[in-house]
Amino acid sequence: MSNIAVADAAAPSAAAKPFLTRLGAGFVNRLVIIVPYLWLLFFFLIPFVIVFKISLSQTAIAMPPYTPVLDFSNGVSGFFARFRDLNFDNYIWLTQDALYFKAYITSLIIAAISTVLTLLVGYPIAYGMARAPATIRPTLLMLVILPFWTSFLIRVYAWIGILKPEGLLNQLLLSLHIINQPLVILNTYTAIFIGIVYSYLPFMVLPLYSSLEKMDYSLIEAAKDLGCPPTAAFWKITFPLSLPGVIAGCLLVFIPAVGEFVIPDLLGGSSTLMIGKTLWNEFFANRDWPVSSAVAVILLLLLTVPIMLFQQAQAKAQEQGK
Amino acid sequence: MKSLGSIRRDFAPWNDPNAKPYIQFDNVTKKFGDFTAVNNLSLTIFEREFFALLGASGCGKSTLLRMLAGFEEPTAGRILLDGQDLRGIPPYRRPVNMMFQSYALFPHMTVENNIAFGLKQEGMPKPDIEKRVAEMLKLVKLEQFAKRKPHQLSGGQRQRVALARSVAKRPKVLLLDEPLGALDKKLREETQFELMDLQQELGLTFVVVTHDQEEAMTMADRIAIMDKGEVMQVATPAEVYEAPASRFVAHFVGNVNMFEGKVAERSANTTRITGATGAQIVVDNAADTSKGADIVFAIRPEKIKVSSKKPADAVNALEGEVYDVAYLGDMTVYHIKLDDGQIVRASALNAARVTEDPLTWNDRAWVSFRPDAGVVLAR
Repeated sequence: MSNIAVADAAAPSAAAKPFLTRLGAGFVNRLVIIVPYLWLLFFFLIPFVIVFKISLSQTAIAMPPYTPVLDFSNGVSGFFARFRDLNFDNYIWLTQDALYFKAYITSLIIAAISTVLTLLVGYPIAYGMARAPATIRPTLLMLVILPFWTSFLIRVYAWIGILKPEGLLNQLLLSLHIINQPLVILNTYTAIFIGIVYSYLPFMVLPLYSSLEKMDYSLIEAAKDLGCPPTAAFWKITFPLSLPGVIAGCLLVFIPAVGEFVIPDLLGGSSTLMIGKTLWNEFFANRDWPVSSAVAVILLLLLTVPIMLFQQAQAKAQEQGK
Repeated sequence: MKSLGSIRRDFAPWNDPNAKPYIQFDNVTKKFGDFTAVNNLSLTIFEREFFALLGASGCGKSTLLRMLAGFEEPTAGRILLDGQDLRGIPPYRRPVNMMFQSYALFPHMTVENNIAFGLKQEGMPKPDIEKRVAEMLKLVKLEQFAKRKPHQLSGGQRQRVALARSVAKRPKVLLLDEPLGALDKKLREETQFELMDLQQELGLTFVVVTHDQEEAMTMADRIAIMDKGEVMQVATPAEVYEAPASRFVAHFVGNVNMFEGKVAERSANTTRITGATGAQIVVDNAADTSKGADIVFAIRPEKIKVSSKKPADAVNALEGEVYDVAYLGDMTVYHIKLDDGQIVRASALNAARVTEDPLTWNDRAWVSFRPDAGVVLAR
């Protein structure tokens, strides 16, 4: 009799458990993971599929300016019938005109040089910040982020005023009698490098700072104690330990720099050949959506495949380290 | 007092006036802004000595060590190592190595590369490095962990890697900053003895910084007790314990009972002290006391005998009541409240399994001790 009473008392409390608890913690955990996946699906995968589809289409004087347009006006079978009109002609076209190949290569080279320059400028800044007294570090961080508070476009425009032949820089150098004739910087690759280094510096400094800041300074002392002069200690201890920050910073600069359009357009002048500018021209000047989509897809593959391979290699190396 | 010398019977260079000092701090002062970390300190350490700097945090002991390693320069005074003035010599050119409190193992290097680091800096030939690393790994019993990274080791293993790395270069002096601080109690006790064996085996001079008096007592040949940037006493563990130079030292090391009083009478061999509350204590003569002087009589708990009846032959016996009893297994600690109000701590070794004179709370009790059981402190 008493056993039954106990069972009765327990039953209602089980029913009163919250809905989510009964579903199990596993479900809640999965729900949390679903959110980023949905985000990737809607804002990366689906747009990519659309762009990819357009890259397989042909230009047309129509709205939208390509054919075929996939819709269900002819039913499901009609939808699939139009797949036959898709082909890789645009990709073949990209290989036939040397312009695209040159634009890709130039973009990769410019991005690579800019990334190295940004690293060279950013590393000392990040190092100085990380070694600064803890009380002033938030201020320094703030100063790095501060330029983001004004429009990127305006800041790039401002460089025109600085770099142009009668601009601030030339006026300063002339008045100091360092040069006799104004330097031609604007509308050259130098101006593009300056623009990219300036614009992307925070993306380099912040990951570097975060990896340098958490480094235990006693490691440097230990290296010195074991007979390592300061410069050697930097290359043997500090730099290897900041590598994750270096890699993150370089990727954050390199990837957007490859597809950069505004900086080469404003500072590089008309003769610069960069893939971002080419893409813009195809899209807006030629109204050739399929070819510009193909350019975009190739650009994406060019950027993601090496990074994926790199990450895979790193994961493998980490696995072996264990 | 008979002998309060070194535990290593044949090793006492500090008593030899002709012994050459190995490390010398000459009137060293170190200031950080307004704060004086080390104040006009002089200290001598001998070759092959195991020397401990003992003190509470902020007493300047770590600063002293860091000045020896070269991470800090003295504001004033000089430090000599084997006769050479260390001023201006950067840490990477000093023949000393340090074992860091945090171990400071290089996280991106394997155990063997951590140990080999200093040897590579020296430009030692590769086969010699390999030989030395293998030797070091054997010494700290980590042969099978050579290829691991520091994060794959336990705390005790990391400590041993740090130790192996710091002795790999055979430094003239090994500096150890709280070497056992991060280990649990049992491992710490084991490692204390390992460190002592290692020091004997390698014949190095060890300077260890610690806040743990037990650690210092166990390992060191001599201990410097520090407070506010000054050395309070430098002596062997036995001297520090049995003959503390001041109230501070007596309090800092171990437990102690202090009787405040005045010197009432000095005879040929003994001094009679009148306690602040009238208790009479007879002790062996202390050198620097005179009649009427304010002194403190300090006595360790284990030198006080507790009994339920007044011992017939005792020179000093004071009556009171059992205030607290703590049974610790190996010994029992009594707190006896004397009739004048002072609480005396006494500990009795539980040598037999059953005590013949059991005492419990609120029992009347006598505390007694011999005239030579404690020390008279003028300071």
